[in-house]
Amino acid sequence: MNPMDPRTELLKGTLDMLILKIVDLGPIHGYAISQRIQQISKDFFQVQQGSLYPALHRLEDRGWLLAEWRQTETGREAKFYTLSRKGKKQLEAEVRNWESIAEAVFLILRTAD
Amino acid sequence: MYWINRLFRKEKTESRLDAELRFHLEERTADYVRGGMQPMEARRAAQVEFGGLEGIKEECRESRKVHGFDVLLQDLRYGLRMMGKAPGFTLVALLTLALGIGANTAIFSVVNGVLLNPLPYPHPEQLVGLHASKPNFQNGSISYPNFRDWQRENRTFSAMAIYRIDAASLTGLGDAKQVRSTFISADFFPLLGVSPIVGRSIEKGEDEVGAAPVALISRDLWRRKFGAATSAIGKSITLDGKSYTIIGVIPADFDLVVPGLRASAVYLPIGQLNNPLLQHRAAGLGIHGVGRLKAGVGIEQARADMDRISRSLAAAYPDDDKGTAASMAPLKAQMVGQIQPFLVLLLVAVGFVLLIVCVNIANLVLARSNRRMREFAVRLALGASKRRVIRQVLTESVLLSFLGGGLGLLLAAWGTRMLLRTLPAALPRAGEVGMDGRVLAFTTVISLLAGVLFGLIPALKTSRADVITPLKEGSHSLQGSRYGAQNAFVIVELALALVLLAGAGLMIRSLMGLWNIDPGFDPSNVLTFGVSLPPSMMKASAEEVRTAFRAMDSRLLSVPEMTAASFSWGAFPLQSDDEVLFWMDGRPRPVSANDMNWALRYVVGPGYLRAMGISLLRGRFIDARDEEKAPYVAVIDEAFQRKFFPDDDPIGKRIHLDDGDDHGRLAEIVGVVKHVKQWGLDTDGTHPLQAQMYLSFFQLPDQAMRLASGGTSVVVRSTAATSGLFTSIQASLRQMNSEQVVYAPDTMEQTVSNSLAARRYSFILLGGFAFLALTLASMGIYGVVSCMIGQRMREIGIRMALGAQQIHVLGLVMAQGVRLVILGAGIGLAAAMALTRLMVSLLFGVSATDPLTFLCVVILLMLVGLLACALPARRALRVDPVRSLKCE
Repeated sequence: MNPMDPRTELLKGTLDMLILKIVDLGPIHGYAISQRIQQISKDFFQVQQGSLYPALHRLEDRGWLLAEWRQTETGREAKFYTLSRKGKKQLEAEVRNWESIAEAVFLILRTAD
Repeated sequence: MYWINRLFRKEKTESRLDAELRFHLEERTADYVRGGMQPMEARRAAQVEFGGLEGIKEECRESRKVHGFDVLLQDLRYGLRMMGKAPGFTLVALLTLALGIGANTAIFSVVNGVLLNPLPYPHPEQLVGLHASKPNFQNGSISYPNFRDWQRENRTFSAMAIYRIDAASLTGLGDAKQVRSTFISADFFPLLGVSPIVGRSIEKGEDEVGAAPVALISRDLWRRKFGAATSAIGKSITLDGKSYTIIGVIPADFDLVVPGLRASAVYLPIGQLNNPLLQHRAAGLGIHGVGRLKAGVGIEQARADMDRISRSLAAAYPDDDKGTAASMAPLKAQMVGQIQPFLVLLLVAVGFVLLIVCVNIANLVLARSNRRMREFAVRLALGASKRRVIRQVLTESVLLSFLGGGLGLLLAAWGTRMLLRTLPAALPRAGEVGMDGRVLAFTTVISLLAGVLFGLIPALKTSRADVITPLKEGSHSLQGSRYGAQNAFVIVELALALVLLAGAGLMIRSLMGLWNIDPGFDPSNVLTFGVSLPPSMMKASAEEVRTAFRAMDSRLLSVPEMTAASFSWGAFPLQSDDEVLFWMDGRPRPVSANDMNWALRYVVGPGYLRAMGISLLRGRFIDARDEEKAPYVAVIDEAFQRKFFPDDDPIGKRIHLDDGDDHGRLAEIVGVVKHVKQWGLDTDGTHPLQAQMYLSFFQLPDQAMRLASGGTSVVVRSTAATSGLFTSIQASLRQMNSEQVVYAPDTMEQTVSNSLAARRYSFILLGGFAFLALTLASMGIYGVVSCMIGQRMREIGIRMALGAQQIHVLGLVMAQGVRLVILGAGIGLAAAMALTRLMVSLLFGVSATDPLTFLCVVILLMLVGLLACALPARRALRVDPVRSLKCE
């Protein structure tokens, strides 16, 4: 993703929430998270490793994510993240926040029509 | 250990981070391979996409909260490395810090043990010291009958006891020996909560007059004489020829130092006191008391209670108790009240030393951080925050101060022992001084404060550093901004030095005043000691005792180099007091003892006047004629004459003496001598009892003479220094009778000097501290002025090239130093004015803000300061204009 791309700015503000949402679906490792975000957003968002991993570590440090080393289906050791109770609350709060922002933005855009 | 754990966990975090990122790369590579790429190609693609592995790792590390502890470890490691790099600086800083913190810890542990810690007895706040206040004595002696009435009638004390120190000849256990003894009432030890380590205490009734003689002995005596065997209990011990049954052993750590009490070898029931005056209600035998207040009773309540009893006793026994009342004070205040101002002064002075040490190290750190400016600039340029840099500099200085504090603690452990050995011997509670939690906490806190104090200003200056300049110009910049702080440091040092100088100056003025005081006697070449006749003389008649003393008297005079000798019973200047009551001949005998006239009583031989070097003013002194069969005579001093014969000639006047059992024996005044400073060189004038009376030793009433056989003092004068004299006296008297004990030698000069000990120590310590402060401050000025000259070399060169006179150049460079000296002196003067008030009680004949002293110390500081400016300033004069201009 080009740094000048407006999507970069958008992703920056919402990456934490997106990660939390993906992890909420079930234990998952870093690589899978980046794949999943890309897939679900139909390639709209491409998460760079340079942002993903610092974000994961930050969320873990805040106690929103829990991390555990366990085996993948292919039998390899990987670091799996799960959502903590605190993380779940945080996700709910961020989603609510995002929804109200989106709603407000929509309202303005429609009125302007 | 937590921090070791932390270190390992950090290692683990690192390897995990690596594994996580590598997993990502490998999965990506695997995906590409599955998509049909060649493995090599797939790997490269994944790596390109991934970006810099190390960069991501660093961002991951940073996205975690930076843990204070890791930073601390990092800073500590760095600090240690920096210390290793500058061993000279580190050594100087550590040593001065260790000295400063060590000295503070040592003095604090004394203050802590003596002033702060509660007394080592259960519920120490309930303990009070008891005395009888009389017209001449605030804290006078309690009479035995009054004590029994106090004990019976009070409602506010759970227990009350009395004690009286004495000395006794111990015989039958090796050589005859004079030991300290204390007479106590039964409640004494139980009241303090001290129980015998073996055996039992004195029981109620055993302390009454006429009870069977029992004794408690000290642990020391028990060990030395009985091999610490339990079988000692029940054995007998012979004191002053009387046999006592040992009933218990008092623990070694019992050491109650109140005026009038000291640790003794034996403790005997008060009823055994062999003095006919014991049963006299008006007697003053040097008996004092301790009491334990009932739980919840305040001292004021107890005072009211005792006042009620005193009033009823005065009504019941007006002859004896009119004007007498109980007085009391908390026991701890009584024990340490005297020493408190002295210790507080020491603590303040030593605190100043630490401040000076801090300022000095701050100066060193500042100089060093100036050299390290480049390093800090690099850090700031690489993105370290200012807080981070301040934190690192502070960590370094606190690390330094803690290491210094650790060293200081070792030093203090040794220093405290030194201090206790050299401090005035009478320091109360010396045995309780030691390191405890509070001392350690104190050391930790002052170490931390010291570190912050000398680290903060350099740290703040460092962080304000301009990133660009030092990188551009190397190490020669920012000197200007350093000056501000350095100047301030020098001013502070000068001010502190002035305060200490003022303290030392006031002390030396007091000491000089005291040294110049005429004590009324000549202490040089005078020796005092105690003698007691063999215990077999205890039952001898007064006549036999007189004969024995006469033999001893002539024996003494045969010792070579002896020029005068005299027995001394009763009062002795600076050592002990004793009073005689009297009334004028031709007047009726006053009813109450307190209505009689009082005078200090010195019972001496003919040689006393010469031995003590007291001047005779009129008439004659006691001489050989005044023996027991001759008419009684008395010699009085000037104060006596002023008080009782302000208009008449006292010679030939007669007075009735009321001493002991002999009520009203008539004595004729035959001479007047000079007043002697009985109560201390400094405080003599403030004591209500000034009149002094000399009576003839051989005219002592029979009963008193028999008491004197158990121990009396001797004062002798010799032709030269008195060092070997005591040994020859001892040998000579032992030859007469081996059971005759000679003890406690003291030169009179020592006695005088001991009475000034607290002041002398204050002076020595303040003087030493002031000298240190002055030296450090001078070095500071020297440094500032030479730095400035180094910087203005070019300017000076130009001025000289343009024809400036040497004197102008000198003035130019000295002006700055002089400004610092004046500012420092000014601030110091103000601080000293405020602080010397702390030492008022240690001063004598000089006010706490004595203008002369202050003027002198200001002049001294100025002179030393100017000298410190002038030395580097001479360099400016030698500047060669041509060379200094070429240089640039």
